[in-house]
Parts: sequence; structure tokens; C-alpha cells
Amino acid sequence: MSAVREHTAPRPPLGTGPPRRSTGPGPHRPSKSTGRGIWPYVLIAPAVLGTLYLLVYPLVRAVVISLQDFGLRQLILGGARFVGFKNYETLLGDGRFWEVVRRTFLFMAINVVLIMVLSTLVALMVERLGRFGRTAVLSALVLTWAMPVIAATTVFQWLFHSEFGIVNAVLTDLGFESFHRYPWFAHGPAAFAIVVVLVVWQSVPFAAITLYSALTTVPTELYESARLDGASGPRIFRSITFPMVRPIFMLVFSLEVIWTFKAFVQIWVMTNGGPGDATTILPVYAVQTALSSQRYDLGSAASMVTVVLMSGVLVFYFRQMFRQEDELA
Amino acid sequence: MSTTRPRIRRLPLNAAAVVTVVVCLFPVYWMVATAFTPTRDIQSDNPRILPRTWTLDHFRTAVGAAGFGLFWRNSILVTLTAVLLALVIALGAAYAVARMKWKGRRQFMLMVFIAQMAPWESLIIPVYIISRDTDMLDRLPTLTLVYFMMTLPFTIIVLRGFIGTIPPELEESAQVDGCTRLGAFRRVAFPLLAPGLMATSLFGYITAWNEFAYANFLIIKQQDNRTLPVWLSSFQNVFGTDWGATMAASTLFAAPALVVFLLLQRHVTAGFATGAVKG
Repeated sequence: MSAVREHTAPRPPLGTGPPRRSTGPGPHRPSKSTGRGIWPYVLIAPAVLGTLYLLVYPLVRAVVISLQDFGLRQLILGGARFVGFKNYETLLGDGRFWEVVRRTFLFMAINVVLIMVLSTLVALMVERLGRFGRTAVLSALVLTWAMPVIAATTVFQWLFHSEFGIVNAVLTDLGFESFHRYPWFAHGPAAFAIVVVLVVWQSVPFAAITLYSALTTVPTELYESARLDGASGPRIFRSITFPMVRPIFMLVFSLEVIWTFKAFVQIWVMTNGGPGDATTILPVYAVQTALSSQRYDLGSAASMVTVVLMSGVLVFYFRQMFRQEDELA
Repeated sequence: MSTTRPRIRRLPLNAAAVVTVVVCLFPVYWMVATAFTPTRDIQSDNPRILPRTWTLDHFRTAVGAAGFGLFWRNSILVTLTAVLLALVIALGAAYAVARMKWKGRRQFMLMVFIAQMAPWESLIIPVYIISRDTDMLDRLPTLTLVYFMMTLPFTIIVLRGFIGTIPPELEESAQVDGCTRLGAFRRVAFPLLAPGLMATSLFGYITAWNEFAYANFLIIKQQDNRTLPVWLSSFQNVFGTDWGATMAASTLFAAPALVVFLLLQRHVTAGFATGAVKG
């Protein structure tokens, strides 16, 4: 990289004019304009090539595999045959797959609603706190956010341990005797709930801090005049605060929707999708099908269905983001 | 009245703040506390919030576990190379986007924004198969490349922003004074960019340091090439019910991130507002 730039460097008297501002290639300085013509592309080439090989190629490969008959035999010997949309037909005709899709949306809805409600409340709270309280809460949020996923997952397994876990001990002490040695990870709904709690615990800090910094941009005069007009707290939130932070709110919202699929890691480590299928969401299902049952074709097809479902949200996200960019520009 | 009423009104607010702090910190605290608690106190029917006696035994067990040093080395190696690679390549691309006019610039940034949202959870299968075909399974460079690609788009986006905030006139005047374009960039813009580079690489480090899925599925036979997250996730299989050692290992693994982010808290929260909204 630096070697590449070394070559540009000795070249020309780059002159008086700022290169980026000159509107046209001046005919009297041909050497400079040709240099500028190539160098941007040289500078972005590594990034583009990396993206093509490490991102686009795997995606294309996944599409191809999902249209092939690709099992363990084909993995080792090669020579996979194209079978058209047979894998998708198998998948869409499978009751278990639809169950997983339904669960994925349920998981997403619960997570996103909890994250958005809690983080909005936390953001509003932080804004009203004094300096000391604000620093304390923000530090706690940053610390939670920085907690590595695997470490947090391991800790939650320990918190909800059936025999020595602190949660069961506290619940039993509070008089809920049924929680004595309650095996959380052996019951579907309980395991599902723990994964939700873990994901929400890890996601609220980012959302809350981002929403809080959006809140700080709302001019205080707006609040004052509203209060003079006799508006109530909820009314002020509805007519002033929310409309002002709406763009950021929608951005965070769509990010959280997309990031639901990142719960793959927590689920894989904590429950492996179990007990039964109770915590199996789409990415878990895809990897299980591919790498545990060696049906790489069906797994790829499931992954591609996931990508299609996600891209709907992505389009929404990009619309929001570019609107935001235009406002800044 | 004027002194008591606000205080009473602030009571629920402060209570909510305390609850938030406790809910956020308790799991972290419990991890550290368990790591220092002797096993007989851990395996009791009445766990205590504050350990009665402290011990370093669990940390000795964790540090003495097979391959401990090796997995640290692997994790540090993969994380550092991936982030440095992403920084160097992103710096070039960000400079081109922020300082040069060329056809396709908008399209390039669109590609970067899309790549930033890449569905990595859905690409595990093809990446596994491609690595297998190219004989790259079980090797650390494979992980490095994947982590490089995971962090690259974000790095480009943030660096573009940082370069954009440095007035080009600074570099231009250096060029008038006889600097080459590269020299102007290195002597004038680069020192100003340093904080940006730091912040960007911090987010990259966290991503690569924490990554589990690819480390788990791309390193299978060559157990010596595992990284810390995978090691930690298999810890319970190795140590059975030794939760003290498991929490000690978790504490050691989490400590770098927790310390760095606590120290840089103010910059981190500012970074959330500027760059991280887009990632």
C-alpha cells in the first residue's frame, strides 16, 4: 500500500490548486488529470477486490449450492448436479422449517419491542439525570456493551444454573419454591426466555446511548415553550421529542431487527437450538442442516431465504440512512 | 417546598437509575465475584452476594489449562493482523472517497454501506465450503481474512468521516511549501487522523476479538489454532462443573475490552453518535 503511494509522491508539482476542487481537467495540466484518473481506483482496488472475493463470491456460491444436490459426497468428491429449485421445494414443504420461520419472527418481535421500549426509557431517564447519575448510568451501559458475547453467554448460563445459580436461589428465597433447582435450559419456553433476556441485556446499551445522543440534539427551547403552553409529559414526548429523534429511532430499530440474526452465537453456545427446537431460529437451523446433517444444499437454501427476508428490512434501513445523509449534507 | 418537591419528584427517577445500573452491572459483577470465590462457597445452596473468602485458585486453574497461552497468542495475532490490514486498506479507500473526485464514488460508498450490513450469519456454509475447497480450513489466515472483511466497511465509513473533517487547505499549504502529496498527507493529515484511527481500530478489535461463529466452524481438526472465544465456549466440557474456573477464564477474556472501554468511555459514547449509528 505505502509502496503504491510512494510512486505517486515524487511525480508532479501537485501545484497550487486543490485537486478535489478543480472542476474540469485543465488542458494545460494533462499529467495531473491522468494521475488523478487512475489513483482513486488504485486506492480502492484492494477494498473492492477483498469485497468481491470475501463477500460477493461466498454469496454467489451459496446461491449456486442451494440450486444443487450437495451433500457429503459432493463435498468430498465434487461434481454436484444442478437440480433447479428442488431444495427450496423440499424446504418450503417441510413443516419444521415453517415452525422455525414462525419462531424467528416471534423471537425478532419480542426482542426488538423490548429493546426499543427499554432503551427509549433509559435514554429519557439519562437525559433527566444529574451529572453524577448520568456518568454512572452511561458507564454501566458502556461496560455492558463491551462485555464480550461469549463471556456474557457463559455468565448467563451460570446465573441460571439449576443447582447453584443465583437466580434460582433468589427466587426460592423470595418464596417461589417451584424454582428450587429449576432446570431453565430443559424447558423450551424458559430457555427461549433466557436467550431473549440475554440478547436484550446486550442490545439495550447501544440503542440507549445512541438514542440519548439523539435526544441531546433536541433544542431545549422547544420543551420550554411546550411547557408554557401547558403540554403534559406524554404529550411533549409525542409531539416534540419523538418526531425530533424519529430518524435515529428508525435507524436503531432497523439495525436491531437485522441484528436479531446475530443471536446465532448466543443460541449456539447456550442451547444449540434446544431443548428440542425451542430456540432454533433461521441461521441456527441453516447451520444445523448444513454442518451437522451434511445437507449443505438445504442449509444454503435456508440461508438464502434468511437473506431475502432480511433484505426487506435492509431496503428500509438504507432509505432511512440515505435520508439521514442528505439531511447532514 | 421548593427544595423538597423536586427531590421527591426525582426519587422515582433516581430509583430507576439505580435499577438500570444494577441490572447492567450485576452479571459482570457476578462473573468477577464467582471467579474469586472458593469452590465450596460456589457450590452451596445459599450463594452469597459478597464472597466471604477470596481465592486465586480459579485463575490458576484457568491459566494452567492446556493451550491457554496458545489461544491467547492466536486471538491476539488474528485480531491484530485483521485490524491492521483493514486500517491500511481502508485508509487508501477513505482518502480516495474523501479527497478525490472520480466516477463511481457514490456507487463505491453504496457498496461499502451494503457490505457493512453483510449477513455473515448466513454465509458460514459457503465460506466453510470455499475454505475446504481451497485447503484453507483449520488455518489462522482464513480467520484473519474473514475478520478483515467484517471490519473493513465500518473502518472505511468512519475514516472517510474523519478525513472529511480535516480541512484540505492544511495539506494544500504544505504542498505549496514543497511537500509531496503523500508527504503532506503523512505530516499534516495523519497526526490529526490518529484519534480517528484509534477509535476505529477499537471497534474493529472488539469485533474480531469476540467473533465466535467462524472461529468455531472454520477451525475444526487443528485444535491448536483455536481462538479464545471457542476455547471459552468449550470450557465447561473441559472443566465440567468447575464454574469458578469458567468464570475466571471469562473474566480474563473480557477484561481487556472492559478496561479499555471504561477508560475511553467518553470517546466511545461520542463514537456511537457519529460513526456507530451506521454500524
